[in-house]
Amino acid sequence: MVSALLAVSYVSLAVFLGAIVCRAVKLARLPIHLRWELYPVAHEKGRASYGGSYLEEPDWWTKPRRSSLAGELKVMIPEILLLAGVWEHNRGHWFRSFPFHFGLYLSAGLVVLLGIGGIAIAAGADVSAAGGAMGRALHHLTYVVGYAALWFGLIGAAALLAKRVFDEDYREYTKKIDFFNLAFFAATFAVAIVAHGLADPRFVALRDYFARLVTFDLSAAGVASASPPGWIAVEIVLASLLLAYIPLTHMSHFFTKWFMYHDVRWSDEPNLPGGEIERQVGRMLQYPVSWSASHIRGDGKKTWAEVAASEVEEKQPS
Amino acid sequence: MKKRIKVEDISKPSPKLTELRKEDFEPLPPPFERPESTPDFAPLSESARERYESSLDDTIALSIPKPQSKQEEDELVAKFLSGLQKLFTKENNWTFLQPLLLSMEHCAACHTCSDSCHIYEASGRNPVYRPAYRSEVFRRLYKKYVKSNGGLLQAWRDGEIELNWTTVARLAELAYRCNLCRRCAQTCPIGVDNGLIAHEIRKLFSQELGIAAKELHQSGSVLQLAVGSSTGMNAAVVKDNIEFIDEDVSEKTGMSITTPWDKSGADVLLIHNAGEILAWPMNPGAFAVIFESAGLSWTLSSELVGYDGINYGVWYDDVQFARVALKHAEVARKLGVKKIVLGECGHAHKALTVIADRVLTGDLNIPRESCMVTLEQLIASGRIQVDPARNDFPVTLHDPCNLVRLMGIVEPQRRILRRIAPQFREMHPHGVHNYCCGGGSGFAIMSGHNFGDWRNQISGRKKLQQILNAFEGELDPSIKKYVCTPCSNCKGQIRDLFNYYDIWEKHSILYDGLVELIVNCMTDVKPGFIEWEMH
Repeated sequence: MVSALLAVSYVSLAVFLGAIVCRAVKLARLPIHLRWELYPVAHEKGRASYGGSYLEEPDWWTKPRRSSLAGELKVMIPEILLLAGVWEHNRGHWFRSFPFHFGLYLSAGLVVLLGIGGIAIAAGADVSAAGGAMGRALHHLTYVVGYAALWFGLIGAAALLAKRVFDEDYREYTKKIDFFNLAFFAATFAVAIVAHGLADPRFVALRDYFARLVTFDLSAAGVASASPPGWIAVEIVLASLLLAYIPLTHMSHFFTKWFMYHDVRWSDEPNLPGGEIERQVGRMLQYPVSWSASHIRGDGKKTWAEVAASEVEEKQPS
Repeated sequence: MKKRIKVEDISKPSPKLTELRKEDFEPLPPPFERPESTPDFAPLSESARERYESSLDDTIALSIPKPQSKQEEDELVAKFLSGLQKLFTKENNWTFLQPLLLSMEHCAACHTCSDSCHIYEASGRNPVYRPAYRSEVFRRLYKKYVKSNGGLLQAWRDGEIELNWTTVARLAELAYRCNLCRRCAQTCPIGVDNGLIAHEIRKLFSQELGIAAKELHQSGSVLQLAVGSSTGMNAAVVKDNIEFIDEDVSEKTGMSITTPWDKSGADVLLIHNAGEILAWPMNPGAFAVIFESAGLSWTLSSELVGYDGINYGVWYDDVQFARVALKHAEVARKLGVKKIVLGECGHAHKALTVIADRVLTGDLNIPRESCMVTLEQLIASGRIQVDPARNDFPVTLHDPCNLVRLMGIVEPQRRILRRIAPQFREMHPHGVHNYCCGGGSGFAIMSGHNFGDWRNQISGRKKLQQILNAFEGELDPSIKKYVCTPCSNCKGQIRDLFNYYDIWEKHSILYDGLVELIVNCMTDVKPGFIEWEMH
């Protein structure tokens, strides 16, 4: 059974990583687009606080641009960790959305702690209440973070599900799959809570499983039991499937948001003569156009450059 | 109780998908707080209803003729599908493909965007005007006809939608119930841009089906490219008009003003929105006064398109947009100017400075600067001397979306106002969080059928609220007040709002640009440049 569980986890992780890489590469390889930034742009040094841009500077093209990574982090960190935008613009929704997302972040933290614990066990360390200082700390931290993750996640998923079921405005925009997605999350968190309540209150069995997972070794040293208890096995299967499923859905916004912000909203890089942008734009202008309206008459051969330089063949208004 | 409208209802034929009633609209501040204290919403004429698609709401923006046969219906649907496919190819839409795909794929339907939309709010939260409504219709069509091959799970996964004539015609109209101000995008926690989606729908209709607002296309960009200006003015007429304006401002200011034309090698090519020359002639006149007083090396161009900075393509058609932008750059290149300065026109600013930045290459990539920046520099450097006491009346500032939220030019105009207008106060919210005037994306020049009523009652409602609130306690007509509106399009909308609600008569609130306010307080100009009368 352990082999089957490990196979599910490995395949799920591979799908998760593969889907992210595949999607990210696809997005990154899309052609450069026209500028469409939206202010405030967080990296505008000294101006982001009020939404200003380098275009406020006289003869801006003659001056060095002042960009600030700290400015971006100042916006991104509260945005990612605390959902600052939802707090500011949709407070009611924040009380549902934040616990859900925070539960997911803590779940990621739990996976990291279990991974570290697994490596430690495989290396022969004692990760338990009776272990050394580090082992004890890791042991206690794991189940504290674990329960917090599961409860935050369950409460958030259930609250979001309830909102989408009972609020008509939300229900109308919620597809069947969205109900399924939230139910999937809620079920996974609920099963995990039950599993640990009944069979693994201090996450020991799960850490043992991670020891096998991170060492790729079915007979890892120090592993207490041959295979995890049934409830924990169900938890592992559900969590693994969920992991693989997330990047295949619109929930992939957890990483595509990077493109939303850096490639669109904050993409204010000017096109300077002889630069990389100019080179890329020059290439795009050679794409053939096939729009059919009479003022364009794209035939699939004429390029953007040719169409843009052509006269309008359309009757003038009298 | 208001009728609930589902996304898929857009496909179900009915006389009207939604109804607009004054009683539902968001209340205005006193003295317009009761529905009966505001003008009536003029109904569509019977002949318009008979001839044109009008089944979305109670107005018409596009005048799409009703189909005469099933064949005509099918043709429209087929063309729409063809355009839909093209919109998602890099060859046909490299210009916006990445942002569009990101917005298509990642909406979490959290409705955060709704409360940021002035149209949705002002309409009394009409479900059809929810920013996500139009986007969700389009998203479902995209997922059904571009991304998926159908299949059993398609509707389960992506939501129900049917594609028929009703869907296509209503969607076309619905793309013109958004000002493209992108306030909703600013609040989206994920970055989904409903304004962009509306823009892309407009493009699909224009570039594939040849359907666009007449005011933007035939009487807009097509006319501009053919004659030189969407006002219809050719070079000779525009030069004549400027000559008259020079005479007028010379008389008013006591200075001798002659606008330079086609001056090769000038430092600055100033491009106005030509609408100013006809509708607000003191605006180009004030620019001339300031630039001449400061001893700037500048010129206007009388080349085709070179004297009209508008670029309506930015709202509905990438090809028309690129054609106009190329002409502007070509004019500047021929003159050999050091930079182009855009006059008080928000969309011209954004079109040529930001959007065209990735269209203009090689020697066409002439530096572009906002007049707000140029003007601030002239005042801050002391080349223009001002006496703020001449502007000692309540002044507020309208932020054109294109200038602030979409370009980040926020402070130069404020620094000028703080210096020249002792009673300057902000609207709330302001800067990059401002509300659109309601005339954005071309609406200010669209008044066909009863569309003017729609924008005065709905899209302009928030702005009217803001203006009245900015002057709270000073609404008495004995106090003259000024809404500084540094954008032609916004000025057109605010003029219409003021006329519609009798704002000048009732409250002595005037609107005009920034340069008029500057000239009004210039020490080497005769006092009284601003004429306190509605225009």
